[in-house]
Amino acid sequence: MRENLINLTYLFASLLFILGLKGLGHPRSAVKGNLLGAFGMFIAIAATLVDRRVLSFELIAFGLAIGSVLGTVMAIKVQMTAMPQLVALFNGLGGVASTFVAGAALYEAQQPSTQQQLLQAIGAGGGPELHFLVATVAAGIVGTVTFTGSVVAFAKLQEIFDWPGFTGVQVLNGLLVAASLGLGVWITVEPSALNVFWMLTLVAGTLGFFLVVPIGGADMPVVIALLNSYSGIAAAASGFVLQNNVLIISGALVGASGIILTQNMCKAMNRSLANVMFAKLGPKAGGSSADEVYGGRVKSTTAEEVAMILESASRVVIVPGYGLAVSQAQHAVRDLTQILEDRGVLVEFAIHPVAGRMPGHMNVLLAEAEIDYDKMKEMDEINPTFGQVDVALVIGANDVVNPLARTDPKSPIAGMPILDVDHARTVIIMKRSLSPGFAGIPNPLFAADNTLMFYGDGKKALLDLNAALKAL
Amino acid sequence: METLITGLTIFVLAIYVGVEIIVKVPPTLHTPLMSGSNAISGITAVGAVISAGSGQSDVATWLGFGALILATTNVVGGFVVTHRMLGMFKKKH
Repeated sequence: MRENLINLTYLFASLLFILGLKGLGHPRSAVKGNLLGAFGMFIAIAATLVDRRVLSFELIAFGLAIGSVLGTVMAIKVQMTAMPQLVALFNGLGGVASTFVAGAALYEAQQPSTQQQLLQAIGAGGGPELHFLVATVAAGIVGTVTFTGSVVAFAKLQEIFDWPGFTGVQVLNGLLVAASLGLGVWITVEPSALNVFWMLTLVAGTLGFFLVVPIGGADMPVVIALLNSYSGIAAAASGFVLQNNVLIISGALVGASGIILTQNMCKAMNRSLANVMFAKLGPKAGGSSADEVYGGRVKSTTAEEVAMILESASRVVIVPGYGLAVSQAQHAVRDLTQILEDRGVLVEFAIHPVAGRMPGHMNVLLAEAEIDYDKMKEMDEINPTFGQVDVALVIGANDVVNPLARTDPKSPIAGMPILDVDHARTVIIMKRSLSPGFAGIPNPLFAADNTLMFYGDGKKALLDLNAALKAL
Repeated sequence: METLITGLTIFVLAIYVGVEIIVKVPPTLHTPLMSGSNAISGITAVGAVISAGSGQSDVATWLGFGALILATTNVVGGFVVTHRMLGMFKKKH
């Protein structure tokens, strides 16, 4: 009876998770959706406390208290620019927790005084059933890969570590995959060899480390999304270990979410997941050099001139890139928007899917600066309208507005969907220099007839521009 | 075997539900989606509570305790930070 009640509560919690994620489909319902999810989690954990396997509550209360304080402090302290790091870290924590849970279950399965619910997991021969062991191995591998991979992603995003690895790192990764699978098979054959489980986590941990080491910069969004998916898969695997449906359902939901976002990010770069994970992006031989592209054709401009152009425009589209976030210029952009709107100019934001360091990152940064979410336009929505745009103002973006993606099939970014800012009447590029973006190639947009280069650090240039506009 | 099949059925159907819901989330909300779904993946806390509380073996108890701290950090931090972010998405009138 008690088991049934607990399971029904788990079902209710799963429903709340689904409704909560559904609520995230619109900014209006999102806050409520998130609260529904949190409530679902609360009742799932509360129901588990009445499980008859749970005998001592002191340790649990202590663990819940420590975790709640740590989580709350991190969530409140974090800067919005550091959101990718925090999500990476949380992914990693969830992953390693799943590994521990699976490991604990493996230890418990060795106990002679196995209780009733564990009997279900025990086969006729006396040892644990095969699928229990396979799930344990899966949770061990995926959870630990998620953990070390997330730690590397965190360190890279935090810029405390940027070792790009060595040639042949993928060969090592192949060996590590083979080794962890081999150890996994060993566990299924010899479940009482508990040390093998820890060897497995060691190998999988090394694998996670070296999988993420070669990835950097603009490819980070893909990694974060993928690790998000892995943390879900690890939770689902530990659900199979414990035969617990709420773990399986939640893990599957998160796994699905992460995979969709991963695919979105790959599509936005026109690269396969394998290419992002295993190949290096860079200029190929035969591409035009910077001198050929720019040679004498680049026109530079001043804050005063840009102010006059913007003042006489009726529709302005701002294209924010990661450079904007780096120079903490979101609030200056908000002020610029305000000044222009006060003068009757229509201002919108065109956001490329990979503009930030994680999916949707740029939108959060703009929302933090109190920019209306209705003004943030997706690429597919705004691209057909660039022909009617008077001024496209590109701030700290490069590859995502490079027309070579459309015109040069040999370019490393060939086929990548870009924002068609070159179709606007005037394009103003705010950038420190002509230096290339992540793809390492020159951008012919900078030398186009309708383009003006406004050199400067994002924030300072914007402040100058705002001052010039006010002086008009 | 039976429990495995039940588990797999639930798993596959839940993935399907997940995909159907997530594709409808607009890119504007993808970061809160990630942090929010990330909080949900801390559901492993449920498993940690069982391991930490059952007292079956010392190792299992301490593994469960460690998992509980980590998963709770994941859960609480994830939901709080998502709430914080979503509070910023406003529409001016």
